Amino acid sequence: MSARDEIFANIRRSLGVKGNETIRKQIVQDRLERAPRGVIPTRGQVSGEERIALFKTMAEASLATVTEVSSAADVPQSIALFLRDHNLPATLRMGDDLRLKAMPWGETTLEISHGPSEGGDLNAVSHAFGGVAETGTLAMISGPENPSTLNFLPDNHIIVVSAKDIASDYESVWNRVRFAFGKGSMPRTVNWITGPSRSGDIEQTLLLGAHGPRRLHVVVVREQ
Amino acid sequence: MNVHSTSPQFKQNAARALHDAQLQKALNNVKQGFIDKRKAAADKLPEFEALRDSARDIKNHTLEHLDLYLEAYESKVKASGGHVHFARNAEEAREIILEICREADAKTVTKGKSMISEEIGINHYLEANGIRPIETDLGEYIIQLRNELPSHIIAPAVHLNATQVEQDFRRVHTHLDAKRDLSEPVQLLTEARAVLRERFLAADVGITGANFLVAETGTSIIVTNEGNGDLTQILPKTHIVLASLEKLVPTLEDASQLLRVLARSATGQEMSVYTTFSTGPRRSGDADGPENYHVVLIDNGRSSMLGTSFEEMLRCIRCGACMNHCPVYHAVGGHAYGWVYPGPMGAVLTPSLIGVDQAGHLPNASTFCGRCESVCPVRIPLPKLMRHWREREFERHLTPASVRSGLSFWGFFAKRPALYRLATRAAMAGLAFAGRQRGRFTWLPFSKGWTKYRDFPAPQGETFQARWQRERKGKTA
Repeated sequence: MSARDEIFANIRRSLGVKGNETIRKQIVQDRLERAPRGVIPTRGQVSGEERIALFKTMAEASLATVTEVSSAADVPQSIALFLRDHNLPATLRMGDDLRLKAMPWGETTLEISHGPSEGGDLNAVSHAFGGVAETGTLAMISGPENPSTLNFLPDNHIIVVSAKDIASDYESVWNRVRFAFGKGSMPRTVNWITGPSRSGDIEQTLLLGAHGPRRLHVVVVREQ
Repeated sequence: MNVHSTSPQFKQNAARALHDAQLQKALNNVKQGFIDKRKAAADKLPEFEALRDSARDIKNHTLEHLDLYLEAYESKVKASGGHVHFARNAEEAREIILEICREADAKTVTKGKSMISEEIGINHYLEANGIRPIETDLGEYIIQLRNELPSHIIAPAVHLNATQVEQDFRRVHTHLDAKRDLSEPVQLLTEARAVLRERFLAADVGITGANFLVAETGTSIIVTNEGNGDLTQILPKTHIVLASLEKLVPTLEDASQLLRVLARSATGQEMSVYTTFSTGPRRSGDADGPENYHVVLIDNGRSSMLGTSFEEMLRCIRCGACMNHCPVYHAVGGHAYGWVYPGPMGAVLTPSLIGVDQAGHLPNASTFCGRCESVCPVRIPLPKLMRHWREREFERHLTPASVRSGLSFWGFFAKRPALYRLATRAAMAGLAFAGRQRGRFTWLPFSKGWTKYRDFPAPQGETFQARWQRERKGKTA
């Protein structure tokens, strides 16, 4: 008997089932189909300005910094200012995201490079798939548009998120993922990011910048 | 063979721990930090208790239908281009992992934090076969340098102080300037970051655990604060996920419910910094990510726990809240428990996995104060399950003869209430008389275990039962 078969046989013996019971199969099918949401905290169930404000408060509580701009065209200037204010070099790496590419980077003196990170980049910018107001979390999706390495290797990670993509809860983001990728399918990687990298492993003291970015800066774009 | 245990020597381990000044200093960090942080996070979320119920129900539902959810999960992983391997026990898991590493022609393997990888002892096995495993979670990295097991499931190096870490870094990082300043914890962190960054970029295979597996999509989930688990899985060509069977949940919504209680119970964070959902290998057009994605599903005793009173233990999501709130863990730390899983969850799980004959002391190392159960995010009745182990230990005649004869002696009276009342009244009156001068005893027959360390207070002369009766009569009269 293969390991797989023996494990299944053992599980079924312990549970006292055969595995072909119609009712059990129906219950499982149904749950996978319906994906019930469970208990959703009321905290995030606000809309409009209130939701953006909650997202900002929660992201800042996770030690990210947040700035708002009124249009996508203002993003390059805002990022250039952030880098200057923190005495960081005027370099920036990004993927092939069309929303980022369409921004007027030429209006700044930033030296832009494209593609995934190989570990030598100080600053990177990615565009979020969405945000979650409940905990100030950003949802990132892998792909050539926003390579996953940009989320982790640079010292300073800047995430651009459209205000309209900031949802109340995680479940609303999953609905959008299903709409984009099909029910039951997922992008290779979804990263939820809530603040910059940290560790408490030495004497339970919180220190920022463990292996991922030392700084997480979020730019919320109010209008498209 | 699982990784070696010293659980049978729990008493000696505990005695040594109590006299270890460094350890006692480090354990203060557990008492002070975790409890307040968890409470603050729970208090901030009005739905927290309802979410705990929801988390418990999701786990129960999944366990009842585990065979079917496993099948659904397996087919989804395959559909996304990944491979699923089944391992009955630690040996099989190690062989599968070694085989994948050899196929990848691996020289070094980076590792994200994974308790199941500790359980199967993969590091020593890879090393013995010429492959270098490198732990990348800061705490795990530190204990790997010291050749120790984790002493806590989410804070593996919680038993150490910064000066000890400094000594280890100086001993191992000999390529760096010997006169460098490492007096601040942040300097230790920066040094580890730089050393490990090179390892991340050079590794051929990345091994992570999984906090959850999602049947709906064939997704594995890891949760970290450092980002080490992500660098482990996106940089090397091959990503291996190690997971025990009970990590499964039905849907992304179910995972989201559990994630809402996990970080809050563990570190008191609203959400961990990085929660990563991985589904299969690199897609066409991807600029990064692993080219091969393997999942090793490990039973190692879990399927036999289903359908028994210990099935409830399979709900555990490894948050560490039970040990953070345990007075015994606070006193002796994690290593005294002698195997991979310490604290109350370890006291229940370890006998299931390595046998009650090996780990029978662990469920006895509890005052049954109940704090563990009161904070468990999936409401595992830990004291009840420890009591079940005590009963089994007794049934199997593993309890020492002195305890057994003591219990039989007590049992003889307990089964004869009139005699019990008479005997206890006589004993209490006698002790009260004997101790009337000093109000305490420094020595009593058959009680050396107690009086060696502290005085025994002299009784007031009346038994609890007698007082209860007297006061009840007073009330009804």
